[in-house]
Amino acid sequence: MAAESQFQPHPAQMQPAKPRRSGSRVIRPGMTYASVTDKISSIVLTRPVDWIWLLGFAVSFLLTMMLIGAISYLLAVGVGVWGIDIPVAWGFAIINFVWWIGIGHAGTLISAILLLLRQDWRTSINRFAEAMTIFAVGCAALFPLLHLGRPSRFYWLLPYPNTLGLWPQWRSPLVWDVFAVSTYGTVSLIFFYFGLVPDLAMLRDRSTSKLGQIVYGLLALGWRGSAVHWKRYHRAYVLLAALATPLVISVHSIVGLDFAVAIVPGWHNTLFPPYFVAGAIYSGFAMVLTLTIPLRWMYGLHGFITEHHLDNMAKVMLGTGLIVAYGYAMEVFMSWYSGSEFETYMMHNRATGPYAPQFWLLVSCNVIAPQLLWFKRFRTNVPALFIMSLIVNVGMWLERYIIVVTSLHRDYLPSSWGMYSATKHDWMLYVGTIGLFVCLVFLFIRFLPMIATFEMRELLHGHSQAEEEH
Amino acid sequence: MAEHPAHRPPTDTLLPGIVGLYGLLAEYAEPDEVVAAARRAHDAGYRRLDAFAPFPIDELSHAVGKPRTRLPLITLAGGAVGALGGYGMQYWTSVFDFPLNVGGRPLHSWPAFIPITFELTILCAAIATVAGMCILNRLPTPHHPLFDVPAFARATQDRFFLCIESTDEQFDKAGTRRLLESTNPVDIYEVPSWRT
Repeated sequence: MAAESQFQPHPAQMQPAKPRRSGSRVIRPGMTYASVTDKISSIVLTRPVDWIWLLGFAVSFLLTMMLIGAISYLLAVGVGVWGIDIPVAWGFAIINFVWWIGIGHAGTLISAILLLLRQDWRTSINRFAEAMTIFAVGCAALFPLLHLGRPSRFYWLLPYPNTLGLWPQWRSPLVWDVFAVSTYGTVSLIFFYFGLVPDLAMLRDRSTSKLGQIVYGLLALGWRGSAVHWKRYHRAYVLLAALATPLVISVHSIVGLDFAVAIVPGWHNTLFPPYFVAGAIYSGFAMVLTLTIPLRWMYGLHGFITEHHLDNMAKVMLGTGLIVAYGYAMEVFMSWYSGSEFETYMMHNRATGPYAPQFWLLVSCNVIAPQLLWFKRFRTNVPALFIMSLIVNVGMWLERYIIVVTSLHRDYLPSSWGMYSATKHDWMLYVGTIGLFVCLVFLFIRFLPMIATFEMRELLHGHSQAEEEH
Repeated sequence: MAEHPAHRPPTDTLLPGIVGLYGLLAEYAEPDEVVAAARRAHDAGYRRLDAFAPFPIDELSHAVGKPRTRLPLITLAGGAVGALGGYGMQYWTSVFDFPLNVGGRPLHSWPAFIPITFELTILCAAIATVAGMCILNRLPTPHHPLFDVPAFARATQDRFFLCIESTDEQFDKAGTRRLLESTNPVDIYEVPSWRT
């Protein structure tokens, strides 16, 4: 309904809104509420499918199909197709589980912990990192289920009244893991969707296709940006962040306890929970960089994800990398200080035994190479940072390989020593989950806004207010 | 919500199906303007009013007179249910329902019950927070009279709106419009109501 009085239109209707100057390093100058909205939503709504996206999606989709093939074969034949044996009964399944769940941790760290610490640079990357968390947790959850041997009976791990009157063993870290990972997956999903609601409403209002309006409209729950709604929304968002912060620390601590509670040499160590959490954040930030750098280039997001963001992520990587290096040093120290010959032998075997090449590669990737991050010139060199993030991803995978394999393959009784090597099927499954992960990331950037637009507007508003006060 | 009969405009001037006026909606280009306008309307005695913005503005909920929310209590209640339920489940199953003697160790081994108690506390608190937000905000509400104003689409993008509902006791179409015009809006719209 149009206005009917002789009412004079506001000058803002004739000319475009004035751009907000911004002295900040987290968003390029010249952005307005409208240009932020336009830039981010156009990737989803109007930008035609380009060949890079198509190619990336096609390759990752094929790898996902390979994953489905590998899973089908596994279910038909059994876990004998893997390289696991006795004594190394954990193998790739647990290595990949820990690796993926660790990668997920950066998402929660960025969205929750950095929110509580009021780090405004998180705004450009949090949505993206949250999506990464969900996909990584999905990939992670696959492995223990398949490792069960009879995945259709996974529900035996849950407490439900059954005819045998049995309950799960509450004192077992493996049962804790079920609760930790399922809580983590659920809360991450809630947090991600909750953060998306205002942006889904924005897509609903900007979409020109009927299908887009209906689908985004249903998902947006009828969000209309009411001040009263925003009040509750914002409070809920901060509360969820406050809940997710201890959660993310508990999840990888419990994963660490899976190992530490066992009496296997090289696992039975109180250091494990904190050292696992630091390692998780380390690998997670590496993965965020691995994904952010190409996406920033593909979609021209230099205005939102500036060199300052990359620099900050590199600094977090350096910091957590140093904690991880301290963890390795303490493992060496404790194996000597414990006076236990089994612990001493474990360390000696890691450094000089049959898996020594992997061990030294791990030390090079996780401890030596990241020292380059001390230099600002290196941190601001985007291609070098990309390569570093790949190195850390490989290093963190090798870390779990070394922890799982070298500890299990030679324990107390030399008569039960053995060797472990992965089969082709192990690799297919692992590479397949990488394909699934990348495939989901490609779908995400195509159908959902990869940067939280309402938080970017809030950032702009905060900056223009701060300038007025100066 | 019943329409205030005195303020219902004559139906013959309206499109078919539209039975009344939901309220008057003013559009603003800048966040400070909507905050000032909301304050002014609230000071003028209007109580059934709401403002709309594409991002959370703390002053705005104060300006429309709704500075508080009970949400943290709902989170606390959810967390308490999770904590007591989680611990109670482990205690009851281990001590009463299926006591299992493992080398004479205590059945009520509380330190081992903490991780699951903690996880369930977080899970229930998080679900209660989101459910509480949805229930208090009456979401999902797929349709709302405001969506019938085409310009309102920008409320989720780059514009700011203030709506004074016709059910307000002070609402008077001409007087309310004069008040809104004095707050420097980009435009003012009448929001039709489909409710009978």
